[in-house]
Amino acid sequence: MSRFALGIELDGAGYHPAAWRRSADEPARLLSAQTLQARVSAAENAGFTLATFDDSILPPATGPAGRIDAPTRASFVAATTSTLGLVPAVATTYAEPFHTASALATLDYSSRGRAGWLATLDPDAAATWGRPPRTTDAELRREHRDSIEVARRLWDSWEDDAVIRDWTTGRFLDRNKLHYIDFESETFSVKGPAIVPRPPQGQVVVFADGGDEDVSNSSAADVVIVTGADPETAIAAARRAAGIALIFIDLEVALDTPARSAAARLAELDAHEPAESTGRLHFSGPPAELVALLTRLSRDADGVRLHPAVIDEDLPVLARAVLPTLFHTDIAHRPVPGSTLRANLGLDRPANRYAQDEDTAS
Amino acid sequence: MKRFDEGRRSGDGWASQDRFPDAAVHFGVFFQGVNHSTIWSDAASGSQIDFETFRRLVSTAERGLFDAFFLGEGLRLREQDGKILDLDIAGRPDAITQLAALAGITRHIGLVATQNITYNEPADLARKLAGLDLLSGGRAGWNAVTTDNAWTGANFRRGGFADHAKRYERAGEFVTIARAIWDSWSNTAITDSQHGFSWLEPGEVRQVERDTEHFGVTITPTLPRSPQGHPVIFQAGDSPDGRDFAAAHAEVIFSRHGTHFDDALGFADDIRARLRAAGRPEDDIKIMPGTQIVLAEKESEVPEKVRWVLENQVTGPTALSLVGQIWGIDLSDRDPDGPLPAEDPVPLPVSVTRGTPRHGEDPITIARAWRELAEARNLTLRQVAIETSQRTGFAGTPGQVADELTRWVRRGASDGFNITPYLVPTGLDEIVDWLIPELQERNSYRTEYTGSTLREHLGLRPPLSRRS
Repeated sequence: MSRFALGIELDGAGYHPAAWRRSADEPARLLSAQTLQARVSAAENAGFTLATFDDSILPPATGPAGRIDAPTRASFVAATTSTLGLVPAVATTYAEPFHTASALATLDYSSRGRAGWLATLDPDAAATWGRPPRTTDAELRREHRDSIEVARRLWDSWEDDAVIRDWTTGRFLDRNKLHYIDFESETFSVKGPAIVPRPPQGQVVVFADGGDEDVSNSSAADVVIVTGADPETAIAAARRAAGIALIFIDLEVALDTPARSAAARLAELDAHEPAESTGRLHFSGPPAELVALLTRLSRDADGVRLHPAVIDEDLPVLARAVLPTLFHTDIAHRPVPGSTLRANLGLDRPANRYAQDEDTAS
Repeated sequence: MKRFDEGRRSGDGWASQDRFPDAAVHFGVFFQGVNHSTIWSDAASGSQIDFETFRRLVSTAERGLFDAFFLGEGLRLREQDGKILDLDIAGRPDAITQLAALAGITRHIGLVATQNITYNEPADLARKLAGLDLLSGGRAGWNAVTTDNAWTGANFRRGGFADHAKRYERAGEFVTIARAIWDSWSNTAITDSQHGFSWLEPGEVRQVERDTEHFGVTITPTLPRSPQGHPVIFQAGDSPDGRDFAAAHAEVIFSRHGTHFDDALGFADDIRARLRAAGRPEDDIKIMPGTQIVLAEKESEVPEKVRWVLENQVTGPTALSLVGQIWGIDLSDRDPDGPLPAEDPVPLPVSVTRGTPRHGEDPITIARAWRELAEARNLTLRQVAIETSQRTGFAGTPGQVADELTRWVRRGASDGFNITPYLVPTGLDEIVDWLIPELQERNSYRTEYTGSTLREHLGLRPPLSRRS
């Protein structure tokens, strides 16, 4: 593969529920602008292609029970970053797809084409939203599919050149380049068009969990993130899903730091609160071994999403001892300044589904 | 437009009528995002959606020590005669998401999002607003609006619409739930030690449960209180129900009374009376009328500048559209420089421009008044549209406008103004460079930010639910 993209999950203090005990700042600073900005800047400086921001309207099941909504976090850093893709999680289960599509298109404008959407499920949030529960697999898949479809249609509902500022006729818009999406499903309908013009990337990059077969089968996502508890399983999952979208592998990492081994760090964290198994590929050890693992994964996947055990401890090691080696060996590349997230992932800017094809129309 | 024919100066006789002699003018900027009041045909008119436009405008407002940057919202593109309205600016960002990006590049200015109560749910919206409030260091505001048309609901899974009579009932319940969410974490909820028992101290977060006519929710809030307690609540409705809602819940009113002094004073007195009736101090709500300010350096240049603004706002096609809205018929093929339509208006139960409030005025009555105006002054259709549309705001030299704005706040007609710039993004430049120094000379405008939160900028008390 010519490209291997490096993603990092920046939610909370790290994947380990006790990570906040080893963070650089006092506990309350976990939710501060300064901490968010510092971690995002560190990830961008390190050369990551993108950062994801996990989210749910419910408190996290383990670890710190506080969280600012992901699109707001991603947007807060949009205008002070320049190359890092910003991929907030927004669940499809109960949220209004019209609001979700507007927020993500807005993020794409403020980040100049670096927005992604980690489309997640949130079955347990019905009472929080005050909506009828959607908890069966079939219901969750349907809401997921429908919400992504609505967002995609809304992002195309303004053609790129819909704003015409035509002085002679006094028209700001060409209404022939605005489109009702007329979406209807079993549970809801959305008329359109969007209130936000087409985002700079045309379509915001949609990331989805490979666990949802319907998403991968219908090519609704641009990037599917697969899990596997060991490299063979993860690679097999990547190969199964290959060809329908870009494939990322989820990978938890705990690294040896100059002061302490990864094993010692994890033992101390586990003593406070053991990390539950997530079914993700897990690595702990020296940076050179992680480089070797990533090099191996790069043959079968388009990218990885790293989940550091403790962001403030593992991200500096990734920045100094892992990413530089991957760049030297041409396994991975820094994102190009001025490029969109799509371009940095090797994805084309899609044609608008509603635009008249000039060739076939004539 | 407000005219200055009385040559008032600060310190003249009328100053003795000042009820609030130390009052200062507060400014907000309202980035409207729709309507013909934003001129798009001028060379200085920038993109309505590019982030640089917002960066430029918010930077100018912060340089001018404004209290707040204010984003409007409309959840469906406006239509006329069943077609998307194509004459005016349109296409704008999601408010909270955009304000979060602006929070990242500003330090002082308040950030106010118009958000619809009908098409949001309290757990989600309260959490988003609290997130903006935390990341901005206590600078968030929420302009709480309601919609009662199913036409907007067509974009939402919730669909439908609130019964008009019950929309403020639902709004009141919504705000009450939002406050409960914002107040759910005690001030010591997060442990102060990395060696503590857990990140969140046990028993320091209250679950919010409501089972009412409009809401059945159980919410475990995920955020602590911000430096300003919680977001400042703005309200914009003008009906008696809307004013009562404000007296019960709001902290700032974004009013429509920003042109005529007596009208504004009457509105402010009405709000003060409603506040007293609600058991609140009569200065507990700050009144910030939406307005437009047109400045010219010399008095002789003022009429020409005003005419330039109006003629660019009300182009020929826009005049036909505005008059067509009243007449209820498509006039787009008529001559804007000809007379008003000879035929009578077609009375319509609702506005033909969906999404544009008609403020409950009767089209037949309006049409009659416009005809009388046209006849009396021999005006064309477009001239009538110009004369009757943009009758909001102030025009004059910076000194004249500074005198007038000072008079308004010192006599209790308003606490400040929410300025809609007629040009984006340069429309605040003259206000910041010309008008604010004049106001500062009159001791009626701050010379630096003295607080860090929106609540402090506005001079507001702690949130209603946080007073003992």
